[in-house]
Amino acid sequence: MSTNMTIHLRYWRQTGPTARGYFENRTLSTVNEHMSFLEMLDVLNEELQLDGTEPLEFDYDCREGICGSCNLVINGQAHGPKKGTACCQLHMRNYSDGDHITIEPPRASAFPVIKDLVVDRSAFDRIIEAGGYVSVKTGSAQEANAIPIQKNDADLAFDYAACIGCGACVAACPNASASLFTSAKISHLSHLPQGNVERSNRVVAMVEQMQEEGFGDCSNFGECEAVCPKEISIAAIADTRRDYVRAVIQG
Amino acid sequence: MISLNAKIPDGPLEKKWSRHKKEMKLVAPNNRRKYEIIIVGTGLAGGAAAASMAEMGYNVKSFCIQDSARRAHSIAAQGGINASKNYPNDGDSVWRLFYDTIKGGDYRSREANVYRLAEVSNNIIDQAVAQGVPFAREYSGLLANRSFGGAQVSRTFYARGQTGQQLLLGAYQAMMRQVELGGIKYYTRHEMLEVVIIDGRARGIITRNLVTGEICQHEADAVILATGGYGNVFYLSTNAKNSNVTAAWRAHKKGALFANPSFVQVHPTCIPVSGDYQSKLTLMSESLRNDGRVWVPCKKGDDRHPNDIPEDERLYYLEEKYPSFGNLVPRDVASRNAKLVCDRGLGIGETGLAVYLDFRDAIARDGKDMISAKYGNLFDMYANIAGEDPYTRPMRIFPAVHYTMGGLWVDYNLMTNIPGLFAAGEANFSDHGANRLGASALMQGLSDGYFVLPSTIGNYLADVKPGTRYGTDHEAFDSAAKKAQETIDRLLNINGKRTIIDFHRTLGRIVWDKIGISRTKEGLEEAISDIRSLREEFWTNVYVPGEKNNYNKYLEFAGRVADFFELAELMAMDALDRDESCGCHLREEFQTEEGEAIRNDKDYSYVSAWEFKDRNGVLEEELHKEELNFEFVELKQRSYK
Repeated sequence: MSTNMTIHLRYWRQTGPTARGYFENRTLSTVNEHMSFLEMLDVLNEELQLDGTEPLEFDYDCREGICGSCNLVINGQAHGPKKGTACCQLHMRNYSDGDHITIEPPRASAFPVIKDLVVDRSAFDRIIEAGGYVSVKTGSAQEANAIPIQKNDADLAFDYAACIGCGACVAACPNASASLFTSAKISHLSHLPQGNVERSNRVVAMVEQMQEEGFGDCSNFGECEAVCPKEISIAAIADTRRDYVRAVIQG
Repeated sequence: MISLNAKIPDGPLEKKWSRHKKEMKLVAPNNRRKYEIIIVGTGLAGGAAAASMAEMGYNVKSFCIQDSARRAHSIAAQGGINASKNYPNDGDSVWRLFYDTIKGGDYRSREANVYRLAEVSNNIIDQAVAQGVPFAREYSGLLANRSFGGAQVSRTFYARGQTGQQLLLGAYQAMMRQVELGGIKYYTRHEMLEVVIIDGRARGIITRNLVTGEICQHEADAVILATGGYGNVFYLSTNAKNSNVTAAWRAHKKGALFANPSFVQVHPTCIPVSGDYQSKLTLMSESLRNDGRVWVPCKKGDDRHPNDIPEDERLYYLEEKYPSFGNLVPRDVASRNAKLVCDRGLGIGETGLAVYLDFRDAIARDGKDMISAKYGNLFDMYANIAGEDPYTRPMRIFPAVHYTMGGLWVDYNLMTNIPGLFAAGEANFSDHGANRLGASALMQGLSDGYFVLPSTIGNYLADVKPGTRYGTDHEAFDSAAKKAQETIDRLLNINGKRTIIDFHRTLGRIVWDKIGISRTKEGLEEAISDIRSLREEFWTNVYVPGEKNNYNKYLEFAGRVADFFELAELMAMDALDRDESCGCHLREEFQTEEGEAIRNDKDYSYVSAWEFKDRNGVLEEELHKEELNFEFVELKQRSYK
């Protein structure tokens, strides 16, 4: 049987977008190694409520690392210490009795805080709106096997398509750039014949939308790749840059 | 008086949908822009419908509770999507997909609906490929297929273990394109709390802005609920934490019938529960059963390391009992048998509530690389959650609540009994009968959203005068908004001592123990009284923190749990009414000695459709029956032996 651990938490509190935030401290003594990180926060919230205080707000939904809702920055690292893992899939067995853990929202001016650890990531939707799609209407598709696609290309496209839109890349980037998020979608679609048709328009529209949203530019720090829960390769950004320059020059 | 007319078109099965399409009324392109359609939910059904209808020229308003449409729970579907393309040349056809689905559902669904589903399945694959969905491919560059439970052909298309994600992103991107083009007004972090009905037709909804707490009124010519299933009534399920029944339930309380509420699918391959703090259960795709072998030790209390238990001391109970389907029996059969062996004391691990899923033989046969290529991400996920390496030690698995076949009653056009109110995807009851086969939830969601609703909505709207507006200051909007606000105020003012999660967890235990994998008359009656007394306590002793005019996740939960209480009671009533066993619904009084379901087609071949009645504050439900007529298939006792 597992034994209980004591964990010292320090977490961000902010009542609203314009309010001044601050850190609050609390020690939990009933943390179990099999708990997920978010289950540990559930336990925190039960304690806070039983004390008659407001629970800590954070975003989550599927809790299996695929919806991209959760996006905590844990001890300065987006999604915490485990490589290729969203924080909902991080388990407390990665921590030890007596550990201190600081939890913050992702910090980026394009992701304003809504409350506590919850931020507004609608900028990501607007980047996709700008061109992250194939312009095919329902009903107008041809037979699925009409265009063979090399297995390698399909696999590569999938690697980029695996992005869950959590925003860890933005949180980790010293420039708060959304380059990895944006490029992952661009690379996904440009590796497929279906997406290749609109390649030039897409890259220009999406990159410009990213800039308009207030995300920074890429300076090749590579922090985004390091924290990405889906381990999306930074090669996507190189592809995007090449495509962008080509599209702009060709007009 | 409620009439349950399923509006199934006449004629031969294979002509019904094409004939219906030919006969349905149309709305001309220049008139479509005069209509507003509200779509609640942005999963496969809602997202696909929103994109498709906006492309056609309708004005769509799309709502979701998450911060982006891309996070709807369809995203978590792993295994795949069925279609009857017959690329593997193994004898598949529209008929066979139809037949497998209706048989898999244990003959408790409509022939016409299921046939249509099988028919449009192929269009879905075409559409998804055109959108750039990166399905798995062969070295030829053509699409790959794999087999799934309940079928003897390989008809499942997949994108690694993330098929739902890729299909949802396809629908989401199509939606975003329409947001950019102005066809869709897009409301995230909005929860639907009431349907507004004027002159007997659905004319709008009341939502709560989950960021500001503002109660908002939205008017439209039709309302589509694509709000998913209600598996979270069990507290522990594979559903996302925010999945809930509220939109469907509030519609039910406004008169929409709720069909087959007791039909809940328990998925056989989930990671077992580890402790009380557990917030959800994690499913691992059923595709694992293609190569994994399910077993328990023959001897009670055999606590040796599984790899030390020799072959002749292992009970491969599925292979033994069902030689022709083996580990690929449908989900209900696999789940029930896991429970049976655990009830016999053969379960493994600390709790005795788990069985092994073993890849030893598959790895020896195909090599670790091949198995890793097929299931790598699932194995990683298991290792991460369970803390054990499935390449060297068999996985521990146990059934968990996964999908709800029941839902709002709809006719062939996917319209509820309230004109103008439609339900799609898991939120309706329509296609899976008493058990859903693997890889058909994605198929149904996208079928409803891309291909069925865009046709049937026009047939309805053609009779609605374009531009009919009552205004959101109409009395019906006012009273619905007041009602929504009153519920919120009431919850916040209870100020009791028990937390919402505590109540939800307790409710979930009752529902799992008594309305779960197997049911008895006695247990169901107990469930009803337990649920009632817990609900009473909830309304006097729950603590709902925070304020109404702010982001407040626990306030959202409180409203949803309140609805789950009422639904849970209805589930028990429905299970109690059905004196037979069928699909997921196993009444212990009606089973063979081996624990196989005994169906009673003579008396129970109907869809139970419940009508909500509030008799002076006492909640009651009245049963209506839609008889199921089988003209094209012969009803057989299901056998996977």
